[in-house]
Amino acid sequence: MSNSLEDLVNQALQAFKNAADAASLENAKAGFLGKQGSITERMKGLSKLDVAQKKEEGARINAAKQAIEAALTVRRQAMAEAELSKELAQQTIDVTLPGRGLGRGAVHPVIKTWQRIEAIFGSIGFDVADGPEIENDWTNFTALNNPLNHPARSMQDTFYVDMSDDQGLPLLLRTHTSPMQVRYARMHRPPIKVIAPGRTYRVDSDATHSPMFHQVEGLWIDDNISFADLKGVYTDFLRCFFETDDLKIRFRPSFFPFTEPSAEIDMMFTSGPQKGRWLEISGAGQVHPDVVRNFGLDPEQHVGFAFGSGLERLTMLRYGVHDLRQFFEGDLRFLAQFAD
Amino acid sequence: MQFPESWLRAFVDVGLSTDELAEQLTMAGLEVEGVEPAAAPFSGVLVARIESVQAHPDADKLKICQVNAGGKMLQIVCGAPNAASGMVVPLATVGAVLPGGLKIGVAKMRGVESSGMLCSAKELGLSQEHGGLMALDERLPVGTDIRAALQLDEMLFTLKLTPNRADCLSILGVAREVAALNGCKINDTAVPEVTPVIEDRMAVTIQDTDLCGRFTGRIIRDVDAHAPTPDWMVQRLERSGQRSVSALVDISNYLMLERGRPTHVFDIDKMTKHELNVRWARAGETLKLLNGDTVELTPQMGVITADDRVESLAGVMGGDETAVTLDTRNIYLEAAFWWPDSIAGRARALKVPSEAAHRYERGVDFEQIVADIERLSALILEVCGGKPGPVEDLVVNIPQKPLVSMRLSRCQKILGMPVTQEQVSEVFTRLGFHWTRNDDVFEVVSPSYRFDITIEEDLIEEVARMIGFDNIPVRPPVAHAKMHFAPEAKRGAHALRDLMVSRDFQEVINFSFVDQAWENDWLGQPKPIALVNPITSQMSVMRSSLMPSLVANVAYNANRKQSRVRVFEIGRVFERDDRIKSGDLSVAGVSQPIKLAGAAWGTMAHDQWGLNARAVDFFDIKRDLEVLFGPRVGEVRFEATKHSLFHPGRSAAILLDGQPCGVIGELHPQWVRQEGLHSAPVLFEVDIHAVSSTGLPKPRALSKQPVVQRDMALWVCANITVQAILDTIHKTIASDPALSIVLDAQLFDVWQAKDRDDSGQTDAAEVSLAFRFWLQDPDVTLEDERVDRCLSVIRETLETAHGARQR
Repeated sequence: MSNSLEDLVNQALQAFKNAADAASLENAKAGFLGKQGSITERMKGLSKLDVAQKKEEGARINAAKQAIEAALTVRRQAMAEAELSKELAQQTIDVTLPGRGLGRGAVHPVIKTWQRIEAIFGSIGFDVADGPEIENDWTNFTALNNPLNHPARSMQDTFYVDMSDDQGLPLLLRTHTSPMQVRYARMHRPPIKVIAPGRTYRVDSDATHSPMFHQVEGLWIDDNISFADLKGVYTDFLRCFFETDDLKIRFRPSFFPFTEPSAEIDMMFTSGPQKGRWLEISGAGQVHPDVVRNFGLDPEQHVGFAFGSGLERLTMLRYGVHDLRQFFEGDLRFLAQFAD
Repeated sequence: MQFPESWLRAFVDVGLSTDELAEQLTMAGLEVEGVEPAAAPFSGVLVARIESVQAHPDADKLKICQVNAGGKMLQIVCGAPNAASGMVVPLATVGAVLPGGLKIGVAKMRGVESSGMLCSAKELGLSQEHGGLMALDERLPVGTDIRAALQLDEMLFTLKLTPNRADCLSILGVAREVAALNGCKINDTAVPEVTPVIEDRMAVTIQDTDLCGRFTGRIIRDVDAHAPTPDWMVQRLERSGQRSVSALVDISNYLMLERGRPTHVFDIDKMTKHELNVRWARAGETLKLLNGDTVELTPQMGVITADDRVESLAGVMGGDETAVTLDTRNIYLEAAFWWPDSIAGRARALKVPSEAAHRYERGVDFEQIVADIERLSALILEVCGGKPGPVEDLVVNIPQKPLVSMRLSRCQKILGMPVTQEQVSEVFTRLGFHWTRNDDVFEVVSPSYRFDITIEEDLIEEVARMIGFDNIPVRPPVAHAKMHFAPEAKRGAHALRDLMVSRDFQEVINFSFVDQAWENDWLGQPKPIALVNPITSQMSVMRSSLMPSLVANVAYNANRKQSRVRVFEIGRVFERDDRIKSGDLSVAGVSQPIKLAGAAWGTMAHDQWGLNARAVDFFDIKRDLEVLFGPRVGEVRFEATKHSLFHPGRSAAILLDGQPCGVIGELHPQWVRQEGLHSAPVLFEVDIHAVSSTGLPKPRALSKQPVVQRDMALWVCANITVQAILDTIHKTIASDPALSIVLDAQLFDVWQAKDRDDSGQTDAAEVSLAFRFWLQDPDVTLEDERVDRCLSVIRETLETAHGARQR
């Protein structure tokens, strides 16, 4: 019993410190707090003392015991933390390795344009319509005021299929999206506010013409929709579509059988790589009264505008694509560049 | 239409620069497509005269010329055979730059110095032909710059006219438009009458007045057809894109360019009688045209006959028989008013290029016809001489110009701008319209050269055009703010695209017309809808499926070293279908639904460190499809099927509510080989409607009772489908109320011993299927006995129905 309680505590702290792992720590603990441990032995010795000494000595032993227990807890926690750190270190991954699994494809660039146009016109309440691509003569031509011997009807311009309508006229691949004006207007009452994007076909195939291409038709018919409204809507559209105000837009007189007055819409970038050239972007005009009648409406009461624009052209200008044919070759190296 | 600027300015000279004039025309609807100088740029070329020519001492083909370049004599070595003393020629002086950038310097040619180069028309870019040295007019002042001497810096305008403005297919027509735009007058175009000196007349009968409304002409005798066309006329013709042919032809062409009037000149010595008849052709008649083509005529074509022999195709082209030649002496000049509808389309149908028909089918002034014949006569007399007879003018049926009304209020409404009475009056006056006004209403008769003014909107367009489209306001539209939105329970095509894209498919767009073999062989379509006029045989029929095009996409990219291809397309397909009636959005007899199709080939995922590379297979794509069907996937069934495109053991029909709505399969090995692919792509196609309708979510309240999960593994004969087992399970659950606590059953494992194993317990003819069941009573906690009972019932039913054995 030569060791003082202070010594015992110091010895315990040292022993705990020296313990390299959990097992040796528990061994060390037993030497002090176990059944034969030094502190336990001291406690047992208390019974020989009288009451006053017992109380005093008991308190001292208890304090020493608490100090040892506290040191043990600290050491245990330190060990657990070290263990965890080691474990975590072993579990470390290379976070720079690429992620696993499938990638993501892309929408076709022309469809991207289609979607953006729907969103832009949708923002001012335009509906979207879609309809047949094999059309009849009346809807593609006659209803749109195209005379029977108009050159557009010739086999040099229009694809015909080996089927006829009930008038005996051959069915054809629609040459523009304008027949959707007729179909939609006959299904609805004014206000009629619709765009009709879709595939169109013409007998034409070279570097700048594809026998199949896309157009978007726009139609707004109400009591009082004027040419000034057409200018407002289409100007706004181009600025939204190209996300720039650095655009000059001009409407110049032209001729289409289904509009009167008719306009060709040209635009010119005033900045960027394509600046300084007038680019034809759309045909438009106030819907011809005969066409309004073919809608089943009275042109005295209902007036409005229509326009038609090529989606490939808009896409090429938007993204700086120079070869139209790339849109239809299905080359992944080209198309994947339009991922978003 | 192309013409030199000076010709137009001779008719109307406005104080506008070339660019301003072009801009003004374009913005008035006469689009100026091009403004180019008459000759490509070159410099340093002078008019020079060859004063003497000597042979070169050391070269047979070279000549040494002493050339007067205006004040100084130069020695030029020249190889042109036509170089001759006294000839006036272009001289490229030292320092000159020729078209194409060739720079002229002092050169030694076989030892003789040459201080420049004498030029051919081709070397100056003035002609395609290499006709030796260009012979210039000897009257040109020597030493002047050739660009000035020949007006080579003059600008040529090319107009792209819309079909309604045939009145502008002439210098006079464009000049009228320029005058109207600028509020000025055109220079006097009144034509003095030619005084007849002979009495000869042509007897003309217009038999069919719906073909021809007016026929005017005169005989001229003793013309000299050999006379050269004057240089000024040749130059104007050439700068308008017309090659000079002979005086009589050139003059007729000149009149057409100047005044928009096509005319025809007959050689009357080649006619048996001096009688002409105008009528519709008879079936079986033929005509050899003056371009050498012989055409078969139909009763829809108008002709001019002499002695009942067809001499000319009305409004299109004259006949070869009575065409003028250099030996022609006696002629008949003819101008007519042909009704546009009686000419329209004929030249195109016969594939005869005709400037006359181009004008007549759009409408040619019917009032100026006599003045035009007088002008033609005067030009012929000036150039070829001759003795003119009297003009005979037969008028039988010319258009009555309609009175067209325009309300000022309507004009304002259509244009959306406050146009005034004064503005409209000014516009109509400038355009040469006859008009009166009654309050709001203008009543207008347009001139005889305008065939495009028939309704109120035509006049409104004229007002807009003359005021300037640029001056119409750009108005942000005002409309009722009515909300509209697509139904929630429907997915649009774009949502499906996003879904496909998020599953690593690239969208493509393929042509709707394809190779017929794809339809016949790949798809077993004996009679696809065919194009009458395809561009190529690879694009001759309308596709009834998107899938063959996707196979082509796979092959295209495989050939470009792609190790995997995943593509999809959304588009219409086309089939004959008598059940389709004409409707709001349908064309009778044609089914043209929209489909979504996909193809995957090569490795499942792109090469990466964390996945073992493996080929994509049927079940990968089936999963994509299941995702496409979304919440309705439970209603979808896949049934093994045969399809000519697919591997017979690896294809399925897709059914939704029992109705076929698509197919999925691996490409048939035959087509895989044909396309040169090393493995088979997996393809699918579904009706877009089948994957568009999702319905609204219908969530149920959750029970607090625990869910019990149990697995069951069974051996079944390998030829029994999983679908059959699942059907039995579901039927059993549905038919026994005690089993209503079985919430769901799903297959989660399939195992098949490839060979007999040592214990001999399994057989390759059997397959082990493991199902997982979830059970819950919403009201009480389930006891084991109830759960066991349910599973026993199911197992026993499967044992009875399918010979299943518990594993």
